[in-house]
Amino acid sequence: MSFHGLFSGDFPRSRVLLVLLVAILAGLALTPFAFPGAKALNVAAKICIFIVLVSSFDLLLGYTGIVSFAHTMFFGIGAYGVAIALTHLGPTWTAVGLGVLAALVLSLILSLVIGLFSLRVKAMFYAMITLAVATAFQTLASQLSEITGGEDGLTFKVPELLSPGFSLSDKPFLGVSLDGRLISFYLLLTVTVVLFLLMLRIVNSPFGRVLQAIRENAFRAEALGYRTVVYRTWSNVLSAGFATLAGALLALWLRYNGPDTSLSFEIMIDILLMVVIGGMGTLYGSVVGVTLFVIVQNYLQDLMKFASTATASVPLLRDLVHPDRWLLWLGILFILSVYRFPTGIVGKLRAKALRPS
Amino acid sequence: MSSPATLTPAPEALPTVKLDRLPLLLLPVLALIALPLVGSFSTWVTLTFAGLAMGMIIFIIASGLTLVFGLMDVLNFGHGVFITLGAFLATSVLGRMTGWTESESLLRNLLAVVPAMLAAMTVAGLVGFTFERLIIRPVYGQPLKQIMITMGGMIVGVELIKVIWGAQAIPLPLPTAFRGSLLFGEAAVEKYRIIAVVVGLFVFAAMFWVLSRTKVGLLIRAGVHDREMVESLGYRIGRLFIGVFVAGSALAGLGGVMWGMYQQTITPEMGGQINVLLFIVIIIGGLGSVGGCFIGALLVGLVSNYAGFMAPKVALFSNILLMVIVLLWRPQGLYPVVKR
Repeated sequence: MSFHGLFSGDFPRSRVLLVLLVAILAGLALTPFAFPGAKALNVAAKICIFIVLVSSFDLLLGYTGIVSFAHTMFFGIGAYGVAIALTHLGPTWTAVGLGVLAALVLSLILSLVIGLFSLRVKAMFYAMITLAVATAFQTLASQLSEITGGEDGLTFKVPELLSPGFSLSDKPFLGVSLDGRLISFYLLLTVTVVLFLLMLRIVNSPFGRVLQAIRENAFRAEALGYRTVVYRTWSNVLSAGFATLAGALLALWLRYNGPDTSLSFEIMIDILLMVVIGGMGTLYGSVVGVTLFVIVQNYLQDLMKFASTATASVPLLRDLVHPDRWLLWLGILFILSVYRFPTGIVGKLRAKALRPS
Repeated sequence: MSSPATLTPAPEALPTVKLDRLPLLLLPVLALIALPLVGSFSTWVTLTFAGLAMGMIIFIIASGLTLVFGLMDVLNFGHGVFITLGAFLATSVLGRMTGWTESESLLRNLLAVVPAMLAAMTVAGLVGFTFERLIIRPVYGQPLKQIMITMGGMIVGVELIKVIWGAQAIPLPLPTAFRGSLLFGEAAVEKYRIIAVVVGLFVFAAMFWVLSRTKVGLLIRAGVHDREMVESLGYRIGRLFIGVFVAGSALAGLGGVMWGMYQQTITPEMGGQINVLLFIVIIIGGLGSVGGCFIGALLVGLVSNYAGFMAPKVALFSNILLMVIVLLWRPQGLYPVVKR
């Protein structure tokens, strides 16, 4: 298979971006060997899961121009699907399959219904409706405690191959023990890459071009003969489907799921920030945005702790750089990105590569 | 459109718009339906008052949001920040006046609460002005960016509130004379709820008067109806809009004080949580309509209190259900604003 086919003809188109992407992929693939310890592996896994989740959101926001606040709902459905199936059917691959399938069906029905009912109206209206629906769903999930475990969530066992107790060989390979966590991680990474390439295929297909046409000028797209409602609904359904898969990956990796890990509004905000900072309307933007955000989220706090102790004597400044305020700085970066470079980091890099120096 | 004006003989006076009374009936009808379901009359009185009080506070907060949307198509997802800001300012002001808030005399309590409300309104208004200039002005007419930028403004605003007041929940106790309840026959009605209803009615009356009896109000209504026409007549709708935005933010600040005292504890996240409720209210009312917003807010307040008493589990979704039912009846909300 040629590179052209693999990337659907949508190459990074910027040398810096290419280096960045290769570095991210290599970093992820080598994490278990290069950065020992549970934290680094968890950070890498989170990056993988969010790459799928944020790319699927970009399909909706960046490519079709629809703002939805219900994306975590589908993420949560996927996670709960796997969690509930594994809790009740035991740790088998059949249970995983059934859970994912049931979650996908539910997501598709829900996204279809929401889409058909409210995608005809203005962007604002859709944003508000999805916000209300997502809030209701979150309440529902925490109330149905017999099924979902309520606020406590569900802790469950995963199939043996993926569980930490499983071991491929007694001898460690390059100083890393070949246990179920390692297998889980590489499975996660593979699925992420496959799903990402699949989404790249979708957005670069004729269908994807129509979505972009709708984003640029819905009226004109309609005049050219495309049923915009149908395309918008499809985009909504597809993006919900991928978000569901990302949720299933999350549940498999954490072996736990609860309302705060997959459904909370904070995650929705995180997704929005990642998409915009990385670059809307290009899937590579999601990769860059997610990586930057997750690393900042996990490691900026250490830096800020240092700054905070350094400025301990200055009252206001000390509070501004307090480690818990990392979101403040990302929020400011977010606002600046929306104004100054709406195409995000990736858009900037691509524009720079185009300009003759 | 009705028949062309050229065919009808010139009317002697301007034709008055017929008032749509149907949505007005919803409130008494709802209350009457709830009466047999609740069972006891005294409980019903208590619940109705609780619902009205909650509705009034929501109306105070949501009225600015709906007007801002009607006038400029700007939907402020960051509206919640002004609520939180108002509530936290109130703790700062009232915290310094504990001698007066803990006094038994109603007058002294009022002398503490009124300045707190005024401070909350002033600061929320000023912050609203800055918010409009810095955050919203550059993205007029770009709905997608507006949603994102106001959301971003909200994130930064909440974080800044945490920087100033800390991230934990703060108690906001009611002044002494506001506590306890009055007995009407067998029905107990909390004093604070009566106060909330009175303040809410006052705000509604003042807003109604401004909108229907003053020139500014006339311009605002005309602007909601047809912005371009008002502009072509030489009025600067931009300035009008800032005024409405600042007033809306100030009212949200006032509502924040009242909501905070209603809940008695405040958290930096409270504004974001109430945002969903606000959206439901303004969608029910019809985006841009103040009258619709008033009825929508009261409906939401009543329904959540009745449902909370009869079926607590359903109560969590009662607002969404209410919105779906209203939209099935009138897809544009109770009082659709004609231009869209």
